[in-house]
Amino acid sequence: MSERTFRVWRGGPDGELTEYRVEVNEGEVVLDVLHRLQATQAPDMAVRWNCKAGKCGSCSVEINGRPRLSCMTRMSVFEDDEVVTVTPMRTFPVVRDLVCDVSFNYAKAREIPSFTPAPGTEPGDFRMRQADVERSQEFRKCIECFLCNDVCHVIRDHEENKEHFSGPRFLMRVAELEMHPEDTADRRRTAQEEFGLGYCNITKCCTEVCPEGIHITDNALIPLKERVVDRKYDPLVWLGSKIGRRPKDTPIAPNVRRPEEGRGTA
Amino acid sequence: MVVGAGGAGLRAAIAAREQGKRTAIVSKSLFGKAHTVMAEGGAAAALGNTNAADSWKVHFRDTLRGGKFLNDPRMAELHAREAPERILELEYWGALFDRTEDGRISQRNFGGHEYPRLAHVGDRTGLELIRTLQQRIVALQQADAAEFGDPDERLAVFAETAVTSLVREGGDDGRIVGAFGYRRVDGGFVLFEAPTVILATGGIGKAFRTTSNSWEYTGDGHAQALRAGASLINMEFVQFHPTGMVWPPSVKGILVTESVRGDGGVLRNSRGERFMFDYVPDVFRSQYAETEEEADGWYDDPTRHRRPPELLPRDEVARAINSEVKEGRGSPHGGVFLDVSSRLPAEEIRRRLPSMHHQFRELADVDITAEPMEVGPTCHYVMGGVRVDADTAASDVPGLFAAGEVAGGMHGSNRLGGNSLSDLLVFGRRAGLGAAAYVDALEAGEGDSTPATGVLERAAAEAVASSLAPLKQGAGENPYAIHSELQDTMNDLVGIIRRGPEVERALERLAALAERVDVLSAPGDRVYNPGWHLALALPNMLLVSEAVARAALERTESRGGHTRDDCPEMSAEWRRVNLSVRAVDGRVELERTPSRTSPVSCSHSSTGTSWPST
Repeated sequence: MSERTFRVWRGGPDGELTEYRVEVNEGEVVLDVLHRLQATQAPDMAVRWNCKAGKCGSCSVEINGRPRLSCMTRMSVFEDDEVVTVTPMRTFPVVRDLVCDVSFNYAKAREIPSFTPAPGTEPGDFRMRQADVERSQEFRKCIECFLCNDVCHVIRDHEENKEHFSGPRFLMRVAELEMHPEDTADRRRTAQEEFGLGYCNITKCCTEVCPEGIHITDNALIPLKERVVDRKYDPLVWLGSKIGRRPKDTPIAPNVRRPEEGRGTA
Repeated sequence: MVVGAGGAGLRAAIAAREQGKRTAIVSKSLFGKAHTVMAEGGAAAALGNTNAADSWKVHFRDTLRGGKFLNDPRMAELHAREAPERILELEYWGALFDRTEDGRISQRNFGGHEYPRLAHVGDRTGLELIRTLQQRIVALQQADAAEFGDPDERLAVFAETAVTSLVREGGDDGRIVGAFGYRRVDGGFVLFEAPTVILATGGIGKAFRTTSNSWEYTGDGHAQALRAGASLINMEFVQFHPTGMVWPPSVKGILVTESVRGDGGVLRNSRGERFMFDYVPDVFRSQYAETEEEADGWYDDPTRHRRPPELLPRDEVARAINSEVKEGRGSPHGGVFLDVSSRLPAEEIRRRLPSMHHQFRELADVDITAEPMEVGPTCHYVMGGVRVDADTAASDVPGLFAAGEVAGGMHGSNRLGGNSLSDLLVFGRRAGLGAAAYVDALEAGEGDSTPATGVLERAAAEAVASSLAPLKQGAGENPYAIHSELQDTMNDLVGIIRRGPEVERALERLAALAERVDVLSAPGDRVYNPGWHLALALPNMLLVSEAVARAALERTESRGGHTRDDCPEMSAEWRRVNLSVRAVDGRVELERTPSRTSPVSCSHSSTGTSWPST
């Protein structure tokens, strides 16, 4: 057991860092220490968490400036006398203390055209090889902690881009559907034109903070960019468009975008 | 209105919406974070993809045998029959399960299941299930947006909103007319007017110290059903999962999936012995191997070998680990060793058990491909819950339905691993259909379906006053401290092994805690105030704990998830009895009700086993 110094964001957008001295035991993670602060010094400290096992993606915060899950950040990663500073995710509006309004993410999720099996098929018809499902399975490991969207510079420092950019999480969702062996929709144009794939300049920050170790940039975003390019510069598609045969793209569902989206809760 | 957004709640909402009903999903957490994400191993369904000999009847029999014959047989039948359809439906909504060589859904072995039966995705099946249902809801919202101009028209999600009480009209046949709650984000109160409420609130594990359950598992639905006049059954049966992490202390209780054993992992004590061979009970004797050679041969050739005893149902394995530790043959941190490193190549372990590999590496500095894990029992699941009609999920209270862990009966005295995810799907859907049919009947009936004048208003006024009380009681009790005392009480005195006098002591302590809960104090305001939220959940945990303790004291036998050191035998007399709990003036009352008997013949089984007498 030792005593450590924690600095935690308290309050809303105009809040401030508050310093605490708090007991830390062997093997503990940052979330354990936040819970101890709640139980002993700050009962109303807002912390969002659920599973405390790295499986639900609720307890995302920034620890010493780095986006992390507080339940998977061992105290042993810090120097013995290092001050631990915990702040809410910067890309989303702070509700209070360490809790953010993450409704931006749910709004973006609703825009993506859903899984579309071939008409005429029914449950039980699918035969898929393991090798073919593995690509999308990697992306379905996503626990929706939104740390990738938090770290992405396209929206982290540019509020004005939020309207036009779905962030790594949801571009990866598009890639996942595009690589699903039984999906029949085509989201390549929408990925570029509606979800802002072109804003991504593959700095790989998203991959670096992913607690699930998903290769977001290499396996989802870059291949999706390649597919978009294939689609855009395909000579047959170009020819078709000249003679009035526009290729079929799956548009985003009508009426899912609303003016207030990106702010407030439902 | 569906309370809870885990597997059962989401599946119920989908079913109700597909019947054309306007449906609200009310969830304590964010959408997609429910406890279902923590389910690891898989969903049991007799698809017969891995072994064609499997059928719903074998699944049904395994379920009853695992539950020590106290299951509601109609529920077990519907579950076994319908689980395959529900899994294939998920696949059709976009779920990507692991595959067999011929491209179908792969199935894995699990405790108590005769054949490989669990559809799975590595060891993160619950996440796949919740994400698929979440995305199905989004797809339905998109369809509604196109049709009505508003995605929330028929299916709206109220995230981070906690329900604190149900509203019911007066009289013995008074029906449910709505529910009251608060929004976590701003502390605002909400009153829902709804002709039906489906409870899908999960379990009660946070009443125990060592648990694999998240903060949400405070028994809200169990307690609210009791207060609304419904009965709970089988509350004495609490499942302790045999393998939770035991070290370091801060992760004690976190789940280690049964898939480790299903895929070849073995349990050893400090002497290196595979002790499970010494703990095979008579009822399972014919199915389980007697030597290590026979057990090891089973993985590749299950027709000519019997199963390894590590794959006994969870109650048996948990008790065995408990007694090994008690007799001094435990691991350094008070568990036993679970070893897969000597059983599978490292690459295979990383592929089949990626999140276990990650969890132990990150949280315990253990590389499970190179060394054994230390594991011990952890409170995991409550078999008891709201007494429901098997076909419709209707409770005793008109308009109140329950599905998933909050419902009782399906699993009898002990749930088999993998039967929970399939339970959520089968009975979630049935609850949605049942509630929709109830609304249709209500609207078709001559009576007025609007609530009686003043009922909702009066209930809301009362609920507001009691909800605000903790914020006003300056020098009252600390909710965190009371919670901690409650967890110690349940863990130490009504835990995995119980004794009559200890349970009596627990009841005394619970009574004392109940008085202190009246004067809880939560400093701060109403904006996302976790101390206040805990204060509002504590009375639920206390009421449910009392139900568990009273039933545990009454049942003087040992069966499934209820082990009485002072009554160690299973009794033929108790086999015919369910304990039913009601709340009368805030007090828990017990009643013995005859257990339901099976309308289905169980004679069909591959091993030809007949029913044992207890």
